[in-house]
Amino acid sequence: MGNKLAVTGNQAVAEAMRQINPDVCAAYPITPQTEIMQRFSSFVADGKVETELVTVESEHSAMSACIGASAAGGRVMTATSSQGLALMWEMLYIASGMRLPIVMPLVNRALSAPINIHGDHSDGMGARDSGWIQLYSENAQEAYDNLIQAVRIAEHEEVRLPATVCMDGFIISHSIESMEFLPDDAVRDFIGEFKPLHPLLDVDNPVTYGPLVLPNYYMEFKRAQHEAIGAAKEVTLEVAREFERISGRSYGLFEDYRLDDAELALVLLNSAAGTAKDVVDAYREKGLKVGLLKPRLFRPFPYDEVADALSAAKVIAVLDRADSFGGFGPMYMEIASAMMTKGLRPLMINKIYGLGGRDFMPEHAGAVIEELRETLDTGRVKVPKEYIGVRE
Amino acid sequence: MSTPLRLKELTNKEELLTGGHRLCAGCGAPIAVRQIFLALDVPVVASNATGCLEVSTTIYPYTAWKIPWIHSAFENAAATISGVEAMYKSLKRKGKIDRKIKFIAFGGDGGTYDIGLQSLSGAMERRHDIVYICYDNGAYMNTGIQRSSATPLGANTTTSPAGTVIPGKLQPRKNLTKIMAAHNIPYSAQASPHNWRDLMTKVRKAVEIDGPAFINIFAHCNRGWRTPTNTAIQDSRLAVETCFWPLYEYDNGRLTVNYKPKEKKPVTEFLKTQGRFKHLFRPGNEDLLREIQENVDREWNALLREEALQSSAESS
Repeated sequence: MGNKLAVTGNQAVAEAMRQINPDVCAAYPITPQTEIMQRFSSFVADGKVETELVTVESEHSAMSACIGASAAGGRVMTATSSQGLALMWEMLYIASGMRLPIVMPLVNRALSAPINIHGDHSDGMGARDSGWIQLYSENAQEAYDNLIQAVRIAEHEEVRLPATVCMDGFIISHSIESMEFLPDDAVRDFIGEFKPLHPLLDVDNPVTYGPLVLPNYYMEFKRAQHEAIGAAKEVTLEVAREFERISGRSYGLFEDYRLDDAELALVLLNSAAGTAKDVVDAYREKGLKVGLLKPRLFRPFPYDEVADALSAAKVIAVLDRADSFGGFGPMYMEIASAMMTKGLRPLMINKIYGLGGRDFMPEHAGAVIEELRETLDTGRVKVPKEYIGVRE
Repeated sequence: MSTPLRLKELTNKEELLTGGHRLCAGCGAPIAVRQIFLALDVPVVASNATGCLEVSTTIYPYTAWKIPWIHSAFENAAATISGVEAMYKSLKRKGKIDRKIKFIAFGGDGGTYDIGLQSLSGAMERRHDIVYICYDNGAYMNTGIQRSSATPLGANTTTSPAGTVIPGKLQPRKNLTKIMAAHNIPYSAQASPHNWRDLMTKVRKAVEIDGPAFINIFAHCNRGWRTPTNTAIQDSRLAVETCFWPLYEYDNGRLTVNYKPKEKKPVTEFLKTQGRFKHLFRPGNEDLLREIQENVDREWNALLREEALQSSAESS
């Protein structure tokens, strides 16, 4: 097995990138992703990777160069955060529409205005519909493990789609925690050789990427994309099973924490889930049937499996670290869709928390559980959507 | 051995942009592209900015390109091809590719002078081994003749219309070829398809050079310029004979003005061939015509002076 070290989330991700050793990396620095890029640049400068590093002049060009490089026929990575992802927005859709398996760590950060460099999920959620596979990570270990698995998921022949691996800005990217690295050769063997599909550099077999597709064919392209990302669900599980064999660490589509008989359930992503698990334990000790679901694969969203996992729940609180202004939080909408499709009708509340890096404390999770208890007792939702941990 | 630049040999070469594309009859862009391909004797991969050349050549399920080709978006042909070139370098270093391949980006003036300038500047500064070709027809023709920063002073476009108060575009175009030269790249040039030998010679130089090169090609647009469909070549010649579009190159910093008309024609000779300048010949617009001529003269004289200065500095 691997080697246990105390590192920041960014170091963990940079280390995974070193082990993946992509053919091309085109990236642009942005807080809190910068450390990943700096470390990776040192790996290039010190000959520790064979990557061609393209230090572009913007994130728009980063994703554009990644698209060119991936279509040329090799393994491609980049990394970004927040405004960087927002600037890439146009190109995200083009990467997925061209079915290019680019892999990108996303260090989740709030979006301007007002400018804020701290962790929230507005960036990732903003890219929700872009056709990228999205994996979320609670801590440095998960970010590292997810990134290595993302290469396999993205490049799988039934998928061939770009993938992003999210972790919370600063809370994870800049905090030091102990985690286990795999040996270099284990990662190399796990991801295997890149298999090019219709590469531009095969000049004897010229192909046209990015044609004009009119109403007579456009929808077939989009349906094919819908099917490909759907296939990513099974592939994610398959890759996780193989990953467990080399790492001893087990991953699913989500983590269900004390959910089996849970009548009260919390749903939340990433680092805040770690905090909430402790609070769930405390309430379990008091005899309350409460559990937690932490999605890992957000796109494609595993509706069926999520609904099954939450099927015992009579009341659910979905905590979103992003808002869809004028609507419910993005995670809430997914959970509501999952339950409704299965004919399940729990009472559901939506809490918006932790925007712009606002701390999510155990007492916040506690207050939400108390509110769930009250909702269960009264059979009535007091406030469907509400900001918590905020000044009035 | 490269093919001699003689019609006899060139006409025997395979066309890499096939007929059957849906560009307008008489369009300058495919003439330039075909000349570029005929000049080449190495395999190339191209990226293309969104624009006429892109939409009209790849209407799915057809493609007019017999080379590997990628269009990703409007403002990023340079960034896209720099990614392709980076992958080539990476795979070549690892021994996964052994042949010589060259990389070309195509963009119109909108995708190059305006929305794509940042991406182009970045790619040039990073010194990718690419050739960026701008086909400059002086407006956003694909969306219906809107003004760009390449639109000439006084031109009537749909967003700089010649109205009763404002006589067309009020600003002179920017000099992109010089902006590219100011990146200190190994090669930047201006060309025009009426002088095919000059254009093809420039393409060969640009491709052979190790590092970034830029060629700005004058591309007639009969829809936008309001001309008949059979005047692309003669109007292009007039643009050069009037010094409205000088042919020159910066080869590793050394400026050469490739063509000097024996008798420089007044710019009105060029302007009057096109409906987009028709209003300039109405009474009251004499000052604008004079300003256009002064701009042409100033830029032409500056070019000649710069060239002469370089030679005298070398001989002294």
